[in-house]
Amino acid sequence: MTIKGKVHKFGDNINTDDIIAAKYLDSQDEAFLGSKCMENIDKDFFQKVAKGDIIVAGKNFGCGSSREHAPVAIKGCGVSLVIAESFARIFYRNSINVGLPILVSKDCGSISAGSLLSVDLNQGLIKDLNSGKIFSSEAFPVFMQEIIEAGGLLSWIKKKEKQ
Amino acid sequence: MGLTLIQKILLKHSLSGKLKDFIYAKVDFCFGNDITAPLAVKEFNKAGFDSVFDPNKIGLICDHFTPARDQKAANNVKLLKQFSRQFKIKHFYDIEACGVEHVFLPEAGLVKSLDLVIGADSHTCTYGALGAASFGVGSTDLAAAMKEGKCWLRVPESLKFVYQGKLNPWVGGKDLILYTIGKIGVDGALYKVMEFSGEAIRKLEMDDRFTMCNMAIEAGGKTGIIEPDEKTVQYIKTANPKLKNFKFEKSDPDAAYARVINIDVGRIKPQVACPHLPSNSKSVKECVKVKLDQVVIGSCTNGRLSDLAIAAKILRGKKIKKGLRAIVIPATPKIYDQAEKKKYLQIFSEAGFIISPATCGPCLGGHTGILDKGEVALATTNRNFIGRMGSPESFVYLSSPAVAAASAITGRITDPDEVAG
Repeated sequence: MTIKGKVHKFGDNINTDDIIAAKYLDSQDEAFLGSKCMENIDKDFFQKVAKGDIIVAGKNFGCGSSREHAPVAIKGCGVSLVIAESFARIFYRNSINVGLPILVSKDCGSISAGSLLSVDLNQGLIKDLNSGKIFSSEAFPVFMQEIIEAGGLLSWIKKKEKQ
Repeated sequence: MGLTLIQKILLKHSLSGKLKDFIYAKVDFCFGNDITAPLAVKEFNKAGFDSVFDPNKIGLICDHFTPARDQKAANNVKLLKQFSRQFKIKHFYDIEACGVEHVFLPEAGLVKSLDLVIGADSHTCTYGALGAASFGVGSTDLAAAMKEGKCWLRVPESLKFVYQGKLNPWVGGKDLILYTIGKIGVDGALYKVMEFSGEAIRKLEMDDRFTMCNMAIEAGGKTGIIEPDEKTVQYIKTANPKLKNFKFEKSDPDAAYARVINIDVGRIKPQVACPHLPSNSKSVKECVKVKLDQVVIGSCTNGRLSDLAIAAKILRGKKIKKGLRAIVIPATPKIYDQAEKKKYLQIFSEAGFIISPATCGPCLGGHTGILDKGEVALATTNRNFIGRMGSPESFVYLSSPAVAAASAITGRITDPDEVAG
């Protein structure tokens, strides 16, 4: 699967309160949560982001609370992929479980805001279509690839039950 | 090569009987709260699941936006109540029974050493203080665990923190953990377990140990853990007198650690974490010019009886600064009763504090103490991220209950030494 989108850049330690403020956690609605995504740190993010866009961030993306509303909000505002130097562990597993594509790329810091990326998710290859540069990413462990291919944790469980 | 305590617990629960990079593990207890569990229920229903693995091993605990702050919050509690009735879930708790989940579950004897617990809340790591393996997960993980009683886990490496020396006055678990996070950073323990050990930890009471394990997540840790000793055994037996065949384990002397970090606690003064990261910790003396609009004592980090006791000791016979808002939140109804019997609540009330019912409330900017633009709070809570307690343009400082109580008296961040006596 290949994803094409424009880059929105964020720094290190973007926490789940940044991604979706706690006051909105009484909602489970993807579109509503998406409309409030990043509100605390970038009030106009929802206005700026277009369907298919890509978030590129620094270290420890998604730190803080366990709220699954965070990857849901990111999906809800139309973002198709998050690339970061590292992810906080609960955000990482939540993204896998809800089917938000994520990639760990140690050198993604040099990708510029506004660049157009083409990302081959199967191979983990990130191509900056503006500069022509190629960035690599870490492969998912086999175990997680199974969950991703099944379309998330609960689909994976149901698939196992059938076997 | 020996095993760490966490490896032993994971091995015991691994369905393959092995410790590989990833394991599929049996869980002893899983739970969520009034903000994470409704999403789990939604996913559970969407997947078409029609049974739970064990109605006695699931907890649905309403503590975040309760007492219901509005109709939507009330609806989420109702949804969990209905789900609990449908599947005969034993441990559904509303406000009359529970209080803050991570204080309530150990108090109610629902977690013990060697258990594997997952909770849809990041501060689930608190129960490492009991020698349990407890991990924060997401709502879909909870939905899966409610159905299957299982969870996928990466087998983590451990960092060993060895605390030696004698604690300074007014220094407790909160100061040790803020200092530690300051040293290693908010991703210093990413994916790793923080094992707290050493003579200074052995001397800490259980409440301080819960505080330390509670904040392991603020360093990115998978969990915190402390080897059980006689204090742990006493706590677990008191919480659950019916418990039989109670066992605990320790790490092997030759267990492998990613890193061992020695900390001389004699060098640690009362700590304050400045905005906007828990790792921005400084000695209280460096922060004494910070003027406050609000002080909050409570949360899953510091809302326990001994937290209220030390604050009451400082506040006895004193008044808070005029114009300051001070809120104390005993973390569970039981702690509220105990604090009342010991006259702590009277001291808080006479000093000018408002006594809140048990709730997470202001800690995550939910309700009962939200900050406006430009306002500054000192809280005994666990996070001081941008907008955590309300406006994105407000400021949250974190400290122990002792520093919070002293600061309530002066209206600015204050070393307890300055007002005690």
